[in-house]
Amino acid sequence: MARITVNVDGVSYSDEVEPRTLLVHYLRETLGKVGTVVGCDTSNCGACTVHLDGESVKSCTVLAVQADGHEVTTIEGLSSGGELHPMQRAFHEHHALQCGYCTPGMIMAACSLLKDNPDPSEQEVREGLEGNLCRCTGYQNIVKAVRAAAQETAASAAPASEPVTAGGAR
Amino acid sequence: MTAVDERPGRELGNPRPRKEDERLITGRTRWTDNIVLPGMLHVAFARSPFAHARITSIDTAAAAASSGVVTVLTGADLDAEQGSLPTAWPITPDMKAPRHPAVAVDHVAFAGEIVAVVVARSAREARDAVELVDVEYDELPVVLDMEAALADGADLAHPDLGTNASATWVFDSAQAGTGADVEEAIATARESGVVIERRFRQQRLVPAFMEPRSVVVDPTGDQTTLYSATQVPHIVRVMMALVTGVPESKIRVVAPDVGGGFGGKLQFTPEELVTFLVARRLGKPLKATETRTESIMTGHHGRDQIQKLTLAATKDGTVTGLKVELLADMGAYLGLVTPGVPILGAFMFNAIYKFPAYHFSCTNVFTNKTWTDAYRGAGRPEATFGIERMMDELAVELGRDPIEVREQNWIKHEEFPFTTVCGLQYDSGNYEAATARAKELFDYDALRREQAERRQRNDPVQLGIGVSTFTEMCGLAPSRVLGSLSYAAGGWESASIRMLPTGKVEVVTGTSPHGQGHETSWGQIVADRLGVPFEDVEVLHGDTAVSPKGLDTYGSRSLVVGGIAVVKAADKVIEKARVVAAHLLEANPDDLEFANGSFTVRGTDQSKSISELAFAAFAAHNLPDGVEPSLDSEATFDPENFSFPHGTHLCATEVDTETGQVRIRTYVCVDDVGDVVNPLIVEGQVHGGLAQGISQALYEEAVHDEQGTLTTATFVDYLVPSAVDLPHYTTDRTVTPSTTNPLGVKGVGEAGTIASTPAVVNSVLDAVRHLGVRDIDMPMSPQRVWKALQHGASSTSGGELPDAASAGGDAPVVDMTAPTDPGEAGPSVDVAGAQDQPIIGGQPGDDAEGRRP
Amino acid sequence: MIPAAFDYVAPTTVDEALAALRELTSSGKDVKVLGGGQSLLPVLRLRLAAPEVVVDLGRVDELRGVREDGDALVVGAMTTHDTMTRDPLVRQHALLLALAAETVADPQVRHRGTFGGSLAHADPAGDMPAPALALDATMVVAGPSGRRSVPASDFFSDIFTTALGEDELLVEVRVPKHTGWGAAYEKFHRVAQAWSIVGVAAAVRVDGGAIAEARVALTNMGTVPVRATAVERALVGQPATADAIRSAAASAAEGTEPPVDANADADYRRHLAGVLTRRALEAASAS
Repeated sequence: MARITVNVDGVSYSDEVEPRTLLVHYLRETLGKVGTVVGCDTSNCGACTVHLDGESVKSCTVLAVQADGHEVTTIEGLSSGGELHPMQRAFHEHHALQCGYCTPGMIMAACSLLKDNPDPSEQEVREGLEGNLCRCTGYQNIVKAVRAAAQETAASAAPASEPVTAGGAR
Repeated sequence: MTAVDERPGRELGNPRPRKEDERLITGRTRWTDNIVLPGMLHVAFARSPFAHARITSIDTAAAAASSGVVTVLTGADLDAEQGSLPTAWPITPDMKAPRHPAVAVDHVAFAGEIVAVVVARSAREARDAVELVDVEYDELPVVLDMEAALADGADLAHPDLGTNASATWVFDSAQAGTGADVEEAIATARESGVVIERRFRQQRLVPAFMEPRSVVVDPTGDQTTLYSATQVPHIVRVMMALVTGVPESKIRVVAPDVGGGFGGKLQFTPEELVTFLVARRLGKPLKATETRTESIMTGHHGRDQIQKLTLAATKDGTVTGLKVELLADMGAYLGLVTPGVPILGAFMFNAIYKFPAYHFSCTNVFTNKTWTDAYRGAGRPEATFGIERMMDELAVELGRDPIEVREQNWIKHEEFPFTTVCGLQYDSGNYEAATARAKELFDYDALRREQAERRQRNDPVQLGIGVSTFTEMCGLAPSRVLGSLSYAAGGWESASIRMLPTGKVEVVTGTSPHGQGHETSWGQIVADRLGVPFEDVEVLHGDTAVSPKGLDTYGSRSLVVGGIAVVKAADKVIEKARVVAAHLLEANPDDLEFANGSFTVRGTDQSKSISELAFAAFAAHNLPDGVEPSLDSEATFDPENFSFPHGTHLCATEVDTETGQVRIRTYVCVDDVGDVVNPLIVEGQVHGGLAQGISQALYEEAVHDEQGTLTTATFVDYLVPSAVDLPHYTTDRTVTPSTTNPLGVKGVGEAGTIASTPAVVNSVLDAVRHLGVRDIDMPMSPQRVWKALQHGASSTSGGELPDAASAGGDAPVVDMTAPTDPGEAGPSVDVAGAQDQPIIGGQPGDDAEGRRP
Repeated sequence: MIPAAFDYVAPTTVDEALAALRELTSSGKDVKVLGGGQSLLPVLRLRLAAPEVVVDLGRVDELRGVREDGDALVVGAMTTHDTMTRDPLVRQHALLLALAAETVADPQVRHRGTFGGSLAHADPAGDMPAPALALDATMVVAGPSGRRSVPASDFFSDIFTTALGEDELLVEVRVPKHTGWGAAYEKFHRVAQAWSIVGVAAAVRVDGGAIAEARVALTNMGTVPVRATAVERALVGQPATADAIRSAAASAAEGTEPPVDANADADYRRHLAGVLTRRALEAASAS
């Protein structure tokens, strides 16, 4: 067993874990953060996407021990003060989900994408979400929602407060 | 019952964002795998690595001694209780059905079959112990190819069964009295018309719902509660009772939030049965959650047909007959509706066209692969693919525009209602309108011009245009029709409405949504019908204790059957309330008009709102004599007909002839699903359907190697496309209301999947046909396209048999084994003990031939 | 799925890591080195491997980062793909590596996966080995007896096999600066997340309209990345025209023994290598 200390959604936790424990299992089983789900064994589906120190990662492909001393944000920590995050609101308004199983990961990946590229084109959104599979929506409304969230974010924070790094061009 | 809803609603037609979203976007969803119960133990399954083998011994000692393990059970340990998993669709009286034990006892028939069950204190300890279960196998020859499986002396997927043929089902329009004789039509066309003969392959697909299946069983109460990621909680409850003998009243089934299904969760699974039995045996709650690889290997697969089609037409392009000969791969066992899946396509090959003669036969074949069953569209995508490919082939043969040839043959809008060559009555449709709109959105003529230019200059990237004008029968289904097809159950749906004293409304539905948005749509229907705010309506579902009666969600049935049941229940509430209102207003019930949620005495301003009446019924202080103190209602709706959505899909693809890569440039679809409740949800259903149909055309295939091992058992190899692999869809709708239900609605869940596959395939072939390519198997991978181009360039004769270009040297054209007559479907030897799979439902007394729906 | 149990070691310096490796391997332990984990963890989850000990390099800070050293760019083995795509030094002096890194898997994987991990894993379908080979990178390998340099051409020895000993670590990659070179990585695959069927890494230096130097290497055309030397030779001194490139690219598959799998047989791979080489060279010479 190994002792880890991880800050998850703003709360610091300290636990003994088996080294083989995946971050997603730590979140779900030890912390009860079941908003983050598992969809595959091979790092393809992206349903388990969370932010590790602000960057999107697949929590099924990170060991809990690797997260020791780091910060994790899950779908459950995205909104604050009872207000939905603009990305959550956009997913709702644009019907960007059906069964909802991929949705937490998709939203977390989309937020990460906008951090790198605040105003992505349709193609850039599609490329930016290539690590997340959805079987219900055919993606069109997801793309629409992400672009809408980008516009809303830009409108509400007119002077960009963070330095912007261009996303990788293809 | 022909009127379209007469009251202009505030909610019907409103693109209202879904109420179920809030929990889904914040991570407060209740998935089955989230459930943790006191003392809960975890199940993991040891599975056969071999596709076909005898089990010679199982040593569980090491596994049983492993850390945290509570028990390890084999098929022998469970055999007295486990019986056989059932099939509910005996398509012929003599259908062969092998026994299907949930845990194999001495014989495994596909790779992935459960051979031992490990129960441990944690999921990881259960998985660790599975590695220690020591099973010895004696391998048997594997049966993988359907055509080879039917040859004389073929190896057998189930040696005890004596044959690989499960059943042959035939529909003949001449015998049914619904049309002419197809052989005569073909003979005439051979003399003086056109005969097109083609062989198509529907590859095997994996439903690939995103939430892996999970089951939790709690045996600690008076009832045993089974939570399952299922589409069909009501059906699971009935099946569990029938198979185990536990009284149905002692079983509660809950489908919590369910992450997609697409038919893949329309099943009564070995995992559900075993978890139920072992939990009851141990008296402890158990959880079994599958891995993605288990899901892909052992959740039922879909499609997998070989189609031989013969189309007869006159030289001017008028179709005169269609003959369909199918082989359908059952895999190793018959699931709930496995045998009937191809039959759901039997009445759809004729599609929107006026074929005067039609013959359909299908032989269901056992192989040593994962069992197949329903996958989005179930039978109808196969049929639509077959006919839409054939209509393109006819157009090519005649040198005509593919839309023009279709129009020449389709049912004109003024001809509805139209009785087809299969005896189905299509109630409504307007193929002209949908096609005209699609062509306009697509800019058909401009794309044809560009196509010609690219051909002219020999551009390495060629452009193709594909057409699919589809219809489907959905809204499963009129119970009498299901009965005539020997299906075990009916097709009705149930709804009830509870008028709460505080004015809120609870709607209980027997449908079981897993992404379809029934909580929103049913709420909209009831809000309008009862004139109450949408926010005041709560829709309850998916728990047999809350919703005791229902037939669940599949086959695009929920709105057109379950939604109508909701309408009927609401109307009953209104009629009950009318009596109370008349009493309180001291008026004649006939003098009351109901609008905007209130009864008003005609010509006065005296009124009572439905929520006031609900409270009056609750208080029960002043009710008319003999009137029960309740406005609650229940309705069960059995549709009188299927619904027949239709549409026109146009696809433009660019084919890179240097690499074989296909890129969809433009996709336009104009669907007609009648009136709609929530356009936002309808459009979402279309998008998702398109994605799955396009993906069948281009990406997905479950591949087995020669040992019968599934080589595509992860998402690394089974290609589910991401956002960047799929195009933007341009969608629109025409509205031709259904005349057979009071909302004028038609099903939409499967439309996109059914229509899109042939549109894509037709477009790719249209891009490269001038380069000598006749056909390309699905999925149209870059290698297959490139090989077809190489083959096309090197072939000089145009008169060879139709050939499907396949990767890796697949046999090109193999003559299909002649379909066996039903009477000869199997050897006459009666193999004792081989036919003990419980077949739920009466054996049909009539002959398989000549039936009509 | 859950990996089989293992012991876990997380050193914070290269020396500690080497000491741990030496001790574990000398006592016969089955050890796996964990970089970003994006290849190893799926393998462990599927239980295709079940090491007794995992040595995690994630806390060895000295293995991260990109710096200049004279004519070379020095990339720490634990530098992530994501960093490779954005790092100004990489984009300026080894653009090919940045472009190839952009094609690796997806954003989440690129946030964790590392350049060194990808090289040490030596997957024939991995996208980073061929560009490293094309740019004549040198692997700096640390072991019990100090550091040694292994040219990329000697580093990849077989499928999933490199010149690394079991008690050695790849610590950094020295890449000769290719400042001002055009570059392109053509990745051919069926869906976004799928591995390369074939990939072509190309870098060219165009001088006065003519190709002064060219570097071309192929992904998944053999058990190891393959240098398309015939193409390179044919290009040098040629005008940077479509015809010259087409003619040179035709020999891309010369001498290769491509693998056969469900997505492609050998003929198709050879054909693709030619087409993709042409496209990569066209893009590189135009950039």
